[in-house]
Amino acid sequence: MKRLLPSPLLSLVLLFTWLLMNQSLEVAHLLLGTLLAIIAPLLARPLQPHGYARIRRPLALLRLLAHASVEVLRSCFNVSRIILFARPEGLNSQFIRIPLDMRSPHGLALLAGIINLTPGTVWVEVLPDSHELALHVFDLHDAQWWIDTIKGQYEVPLMEIFEG
Amino acid sequence: MTSLLPLALGFAMSCVGLGILFCTLRLLIGPSAQDRVLALDTLWMCCMLLCLLLGMRFGSMVYFEVALLIALLGFASTVALAKFLMRGEIIE
Amino acid sequence: MHEQAWEQLPLWISLPVSLLLVLGGCIALIGCLGLLRLPHFYQRIHGPAITITLGAGCILIASMLLFSALETRPVVHELLITLFVLLTAPMVSMLVMRAAVYRDLRKRRARPGTKDGEDEVYPVTQTQSRGDR
Repeated sequence: MKRLLPSPLLSLVLLFTWLLMNQSLEVAHLLLGTLLAIIAPLLARPLQPHGYARIRRPLALLRLLAHASVEVLRSCFNVSRIILFARPEGLNSQFIRIPLDMRSPHGLALLAGIINLTPGTVWVEVLPDSHELALHVFDLHDAQWWIDTIKGQYEVPLMEIFEG
Repeated sequence: MTSLLPLALGFAMSCVGLGILFCTLRLLIGPSAQDRVLALDTLWMCCMLLCLLLGMRFGSMVYFEVALLIALLGFASTVALAKFLMRGEIIE
Repeated sequence: MHEQAWEQLPLWISLPVSLLLVLGGCIALIGCLGLLRLPHFYQRIHGPAITITLGAGCILIASMLLFSALETRPVVHELLITLFVLLTAPMVSMLVMRAAVYRDLRKRRARPGTKDGEDEVYPVTQTQSRGDR
């Protein structure tokens, strides 16, 4: 079972995508989608040097995603306000560095996704020597606030989810 | 309430069209290459949105496939361009 | 032909669809406006993010609602585009940002008379004061 389905969640998502693309729930599409959902992760397995992610706490992941989407909405309106009304010369756009404790590549990938999806912050890279995250912030008021927010609200739950 | 939906659709379409114009301007004047790549990516995204709006306007599902294809091609082309920007000038 | 179908839509479906369309159009326009009017590249990269997340999200939800009401069955295949855009947009912005940072670093090293700048992460102040428009 473990060898046939290395990542059940990925297989489910693939089946769901196939059904959505065909817009039907017929038996033929279900069978074809199941076949695809079993074969594709097996074939794609060598492409992933770290293996598929194991999610230790699905509930914490859901809570994190809900929190992140609220955050995305909030910063969307903030950035729109800045673009529309603020003077561009007064903006304090800065690179900041955030020390990271998380080592799991899947957690880092999800963190990168959340940070880049939030308007106003763009991930640059993880500095290889110091394992610090270089981040570009659109309108920086308080660097310490950003460090606390990202470490407290994103990194700690992600470490729980992926490193457990 | 018969004319509410066509009005909103027209408004959204003109907004996205204006957005496409802005992106094109940035694509033309963009001083550096990365500006142009960013403008091109946003242009893809706006075109996808315009396709979705046209699909709603004409009540046809075919535009959905077009939008999906535009999203796929836009992603692939932007990744290729960004990779080229990063690595292309190493051999000088 | 579907204009007649539009007129038969109840208010509780056409009102949220219209609101979502207006909001999505405005947000998409604001994102492109940010791309056009902000002065530096590192600021401009934040503009399209709102077009991608909220603008595209609003229009996709409106499309889902409208088609579900017109076809009188749940039409959710717009979720595919939403999922795809949400998965790929972070990757695109990260790649473009890294390309820009590396190009700026390389340009700064190529310029004679400046120090290498190893102690600083990125050319934050230099880039902006140089007027890298």
